[in-house]
Amino acid sequence: MKELKSVNKGFRKKDAMQLLTGKPVYTDDLVKEPCLIVKLLRSPHANAIVREIDTTEALAVEGIEAIFTYKDIDQNQERYTIAGTSFPEYAPYDRLIIDRHVRYVGDVVAIVVGKSEKCITKAMKLIKVDYEVLPAVLDFHTALDNEILVHPEDNWSAPANFGADVKRNLVAANCSSHGDIDEVLSKCKYVIDRTYHTKANQQAYMEPFTTYCEIDSYGRLHVISSTQIVFHIRRIVAKALGIPGSYIRVTKPRVGGGFGAKQTVVSEVYPAFVCYKLKKPCKIVYSRKECFIASSPRHEMEMHVRIGADENGIIKGIDLHTLSNTGAYGEHGPTTVDLSGHKSIPLYGKQEAFRFTSEVVYTNKQASGAYRGFGATQGLFAVESAVNELASLMKVDPIELRLKNIVKEGELMPAYFNEPLTSCTLDKCLLRARDMIGWKEKGQRRVLDNGKVRTLGVALAMQGSGISGLDVGSATIKLNEGGFYSLLVGSADMGTGSDTTLSQVAAEVLDTDIEHIHVFSADTDISPYDSGSYASSTAYVTGKAVERCALKIRNMIIKTGARMLQADPSECEFDGHKVYCGERSVTLEEVAFTSVIGSNEAIEATVSNSSKTSPPPFMAGACELETDLQTGEVKVIEYVGVVDCGTPLNPNLTRIQTEGGIMQGIGMALTEDVTYTDKGNVVENSFMEYHIPTRLEVDKLWVEFEPSYENLGPFGAKSIGEVVINTPSPAIQEAVYQACGKRFYELPIKAEDIVASQKK
Amino acid sequence: MQINLRINHENIRAEIDPDMTLQKFLRSQKYFSVKCGCETSNCGACSILLDGKPVLSCSVLAARAEGHEIETLEGLQKEAEEIGGFIADEGADQCGFCNPGYIITAIALFKENPDPSDEEIKIWLSGNLCRCTGYEGQMRGFIKYREWRNGR
Ligand code: FES
Ligand code: FES
Repeated sequence: MKELKSVNKGFRKKDAMQLLTGKPVYTDDLVKEPCLIVKLLRSPHANAIVREIDTTEALAVEGIEAIFTYKDIDQNQERYTIAGTSFPEYAPYDRLIIDRHVRYVGDVVAIVVGKSEKCITKAMKLIKVDYEVLPAVLDFHTALDNEILVHPEDNWSAPANFGADVKRNLVAANCSSHGDIDEVLSKCKYVIDRTYHTKANQQAYMEPFTTYCEIDSYGRLHVISSTQIVFHIRRIVAKALGIPGSYIRVTKPRVGGGFGAKQTVVSEVYPAFVCYKLKKPCKIVYSRKECFIASSPRHEMEMHVRIGADENGIIKGIDLHTLSNTGAYGEHGPTTVDLSGHKSIPLYGKQEAFRFTSEVVYTNKQASGAYRGFGATQGLFAVESAVNELASLMKVDPIELRLKNIVKEGELMPAYFNEPLTSCTLDKCLLRARDMIGWKEKGQRRVLDNGKVRTLGVALAMQGSGISGLDVGSATIKLNEGGFYSLLVGSADMGTGSDTTLSQVAAEVLDTDIEHIHVFSADTDISPYDSGSYASSTAYVTGKAVERCALKIRNMIIKTGARMLQADPSECEFDGHKVYCGERSVTLEEVAFTSVIGSNEAIEATVSNSSKTSPPPFMAGACELETDLQTGEVKVIEYVGVVDCGTPLNPNLTRIQTEGGIMQGIGMALTEDVTYTDKGNVVENSFMEYHIPTRLEVDKLWVEFEPSYENLGPFGAKSIGEVVINTPSPAIQEAVYQACGKRFYELPIKAEDIVASQKK
Repeated sequence: MQINLRINHENIRAEIDPDMTLQKFLRSQKYFSVKCGCETSNCGACSILLDGKPVLSCSVLAARAEGHEIETLEGLQKEAEEIGGFIADEGADQCGFCNPGYIITAIALFKENPDPSDEEIKIWLSGNLCRCTGYEGQMRGFIKYREWRNGR
């Protein structure tokens, strides 16, 4: 294979210095003045009907421009979903811009528009709302067939058939299986049967939801937003407002983190509606509190796992049932739950049977959405914790047990939609992680002189690379006068560095420096179609589109060069600078010039790409904890991660992705809690209560790669973004068990619970 | 009310609301490197220098800056590029939203203590949250920057 010059090199991100020197590149930095401010009056009740709302006094406040209530929205119109997924949508149509029936604490009661935050705050206090407060469903165990219906309305509908039954609070129900799991488990010598619970973690992107809207010079609605999904916003806003998509343009500037949160149209509809109504520019910036109480956190899930092994330590089957809490609205509900089984069960390749059943229910809590890992994180916490417990039961080493059982390249994965495993180095990842953490030398448990306990834990993870047969990534490349290239994509670099890695792919094919590739993302009027940056799709799906597009451009350059040299293209070569035919040559600049002067042929191409399969990336993670059994304090001494993401497109950026994902996983395991009061209020509604890891929590992260080569990916690449969040919670759960002798089946694992476990 | 202060070595006179935070005031004056990640003094995205010391501008009233010297990253571009280059070489800028906050805090740290230990760096920057990077890459950048400074 040719030596790589751009791909697999640790280039700086193309936008790095702009970001590091604090340039105005985010949505709220780009707002043109004057600009109206939009704020939302939110329900204090978990379930209520707005009997009457009086805005007279509020409207009289100086500076208030307009107040919209349910009276401004046709309550009988077709509902819509704000989940950013390809059409036809999976999620139920259950939203209105303002619904007279409010379904969680934080649901929108009124949209208030004014010249300043100050006047809006004043006006909000003067809006008089008379609520008919209804009893609420807050415990998701009791949601199914509860007499309280979260969505009793008649205009609820589900575009896709996921077994929803709104009259039962059921958003989706699914079952898939292979072989006879009950029979297989009944014959197993060792069976673990446990129930695990994970809560609604917050993505905690640093840039809050921010959207700015204006009417552009052509009279169209221009939505500028911090988002992962420009094209889905166009469709969803069009449906919500009842206007044609052709009237809407959506642009994404730099995005200050998304992690899936911005795969839902959380903030866009409100200012779009206001701007369309008033024909004036306006913006909405969510407070951090709103990000915590009224956005799109991880789905709370409860997973019942049964896993069995025979006397030789062969894992024979896994039976998983997942109950998922989608909250008051169904965004991403039917899809996230799927990953809890389909991206955990396939890790073990010798199973004779599996069964995966699931139910997704409505409750009167904040609606859930997409968060890095998208259900796989929850499922892997359950399955990997169960595998660790199985090893304990069998009195074998959890790494040895896994080495015996993990899926191997070339195998078919029944629980992964029967896709073949085309690339995998999971065994190498696990062996390397074992050595890096010092598994053999240290042993899983040792007591320090000061009485604290050092313990080790391990876990595996997988994810996908885009959604098979559905996700589309596209690239447009143009050769410009002067001999440099423009690369246009519709995927959203939300900090991942995809603008840079995609440029590296183009530069590799075109034999040029990445400085000569000028990348732009994303704008619905300019970028070629992309389903968006989610489902770990950008590197693999859009990356391949870029590779194929660059090849096409390469051939066009050769063709034009050949014509200039009066030669046949088959006799010509291109080295990135010149097109040669034997001794004779023309420069790229000359080719570019020819293509724009008196030319009938542009050197410009657009290529779309979709993949029939979704090759999984893999990861092995291992941790060393230091636990103080007296205080329950747990310190992560070291976390090691070894990843198979195929070819790392940019090793620096894949490393940072991995480190960041591990840190988020550590937060999920130990500090990040979401609890509700009995009235349905989120308790952890600021960074004061919702503890994401700081610089002081973890001593050392150590990440390495064991690249496989995925033939279907660009230069062998698979995805990286999501798989990396999945190992910490099961690995830490195991290490905590090693320390205190008690297994915790709910996250986060808190100091007080560890202390309590020591009381006889 | 009116305030007089210096921002990035320029005399500024402005009309403000008495309850306006310094963070809101600075953004209203178009110092966009000053971000808002929380408004509750927990994230560090709004860090600025007040008389050379890092403070969270969301927890200070603009009125309190009367007569003081404020610096934002807009006024420290050379320093930001110098340190930032080392972060960029690690790929640790990521989404970038937290960057101005910790870069300006680091500038203040290295001004006060040109040769901080790893632990001192961590403690100085502990109020600057980052959700993207896991901090490790930023730390690699700072260590290399420190070595480069020491070898200069
Ligand atoms: S905005 Fe000031 S600390 Fe977060
Ligand atoms: S780089 Fe995104 S929050 Fe730090």
